[in-house]
Amino acid sequence: MPELGKYATEVMAAYGASLLLLAGLVLLTLRKGRRARAELAKIEAQRRG
Amino acid sequence: MSLWEYANPVKFLGLSARVQPYLWAAAAICVVVGLTWGFFATPDDYRQGSTVKIIYLHVPAALMAINAWFMMLVTSLIWLIRRHHVSALAAKAAAPVGLTMTLIALVTGAIWGQPMWGTWWAWDPRLTSFLILFLFYLGYIALWEAVEDPDTAADLTSVLCLVGSVFAILSRYAVNFWNQGLHQGTSVPVATGGRTVADVFWYPLLISMVGFGLLFLSLVLYRTGTEIRLRRTRALLARSRKDV
Amino acid sequence: MIALLRRDLMLAFRAGGGFGLGLAFFLIVTVLVPFSVGPQSELLSTIAPGVLWLGALLACLLSLDRLLALDFEDGTLDLLATAPLPLEAALSVKALSHWLTTGLPLVLAAPVLGLMLNLAPSGFMWLIASLALGTPALSVIGTFGAALTVGIKRGGLLMSLLVLPLYVPTLIFGAEAARRGAMGLDPGTPLTLLAGITLGTIALMPFASAAVLRMTLR
Repeated sequence: MPELGKYATEVMAAYGASLLLLAGLVLLTLRKGRRARAELAKIEAQRRG
Repeated sequence: MSLWEYANPVKFLGLSARVQPYLWAAAAICVVVGLTWGFFATPDDYRQGSTVKIIYLHVPAALMAINAWFMMLVTSLIWLIRRHHVSALAAKAAAPVGLTMTLIALVTGAIWGQPMWGTWWAWDPRLTSFLILFLFYLGYIALWEAVEDPDTAADLTSVLCLVGSVFAILSRYAVNFWNQGLHQGTSVPVATGGRTVADVFWYPLLISMVGFGLLFLSLVLYRTGTEIRLRRTRALLARSRKDV
Repeated sequence: MIALLRRDLMLAFRAGGGFGLGLAFFLIVTVLVPFSVGPQSELLSTIAPGVLWLGALLACLLSLDRLLALDFEDGTLDLLATAPLPLEAALSVKALSHWLTTGLPLVLAAPVLGLMLNLAPSGFMWLIASLALGTPALSVIGTFGAALTVGIKRGGLLMSLLVLPLYVPTLIFGAEAARRGAMGLDPGTPLTLLAGITLGTIALMPFASAAVLRMTLR
């Protein structure tokens, strides 16, 4: 852990908030993507079957 | 062989599936290396103390926030002129990413501004322009959500993106005129002609910027794929309803 | 074109509300300001130009969803789109009638409200000048917003979200001109820039508005 001095809270908060936002974006993207894939696969299977 | 071949959704999905693993890996490596280097291995600035480390988030996010809008502008134009669906969907896919980047830039800026300027927020031209950009992203996404017919939605949002770009630039100059800034000049040397950041801070920043760019690209490719599949699902459902 | 203008004006005057509503809203907003910030006359006179500009802007915004929505519902817009008159011209006329029924009364009422907010005497002329120059831009930009959201059910709130960021440059230059005028500074630069924005939007926005309206009607 680096020595952050008196601004430790600020730096940690900035990194925390940003990583949280990025992680949220990636997770939402992946979840939506997986759902879309599954739904499309289901429907295409129905059409063939 | 031309670029327009990838306007075909199947070809686009094929290519995007082939390059995506590499893109995601490269993005992850660059973001992780850039940020950990910045966070653990850079010295403190003698005036800003450790808050200088926030730059590795703030600058790349701000950069991508603007580039995302620019990309939406280009893809909107392509949709309006050549009517390639992939292009319109790419613009739709990019908007939430741009919104998140704008939000990161605003939040990290506020957190940095509190100890350095003594205030979370100042009505400074750069801050204000970003807030306006944030509002434009919100409006753009809201319009996509509100219009039911997908082609009409693509048309309307494209025009909004064009008109919005003009007004965003106008606002940028208007706020400059309205209040002199507190924000320092840009740290990106392409814009200033010379570098204003010392090497120790510059290399991790550069890697971080490349990382955010790659991350943006991977996210947009993935999300565009999602939108294409959703559109296809919708079309198939409509067709099967017609068959019955 | 003149017939269309006359029709729009008649409707606005007769349909009860459309005409006076914006004005009444402007009045109420201005009257509420001293309640919220306190009655000190120096404070009021400092913020008066900005408050009057903001009030005018909100009053314009309020009347926008009537601009096209009624004509969309009863099919008038479809007729206009197929009429020999270009849609761009028809929308310019619509914007003009919106300005005549909303913007112009606001400009005329602003000095009276300025008195109530203790506006500096040197500011009245510049307030009127800046509003007269700026409100046409608000009407034209607003027409674009209305055209963009006319096909959406309950699009009023969405329209505000879309239009307000577009109003930023106009508001900045207009309020700045009025403020400089009130402080006895030279308001020439912001006023010129404001005029530039107004002329530019009048020239270009009808094309964007007509384009999005065609997309909605198609």
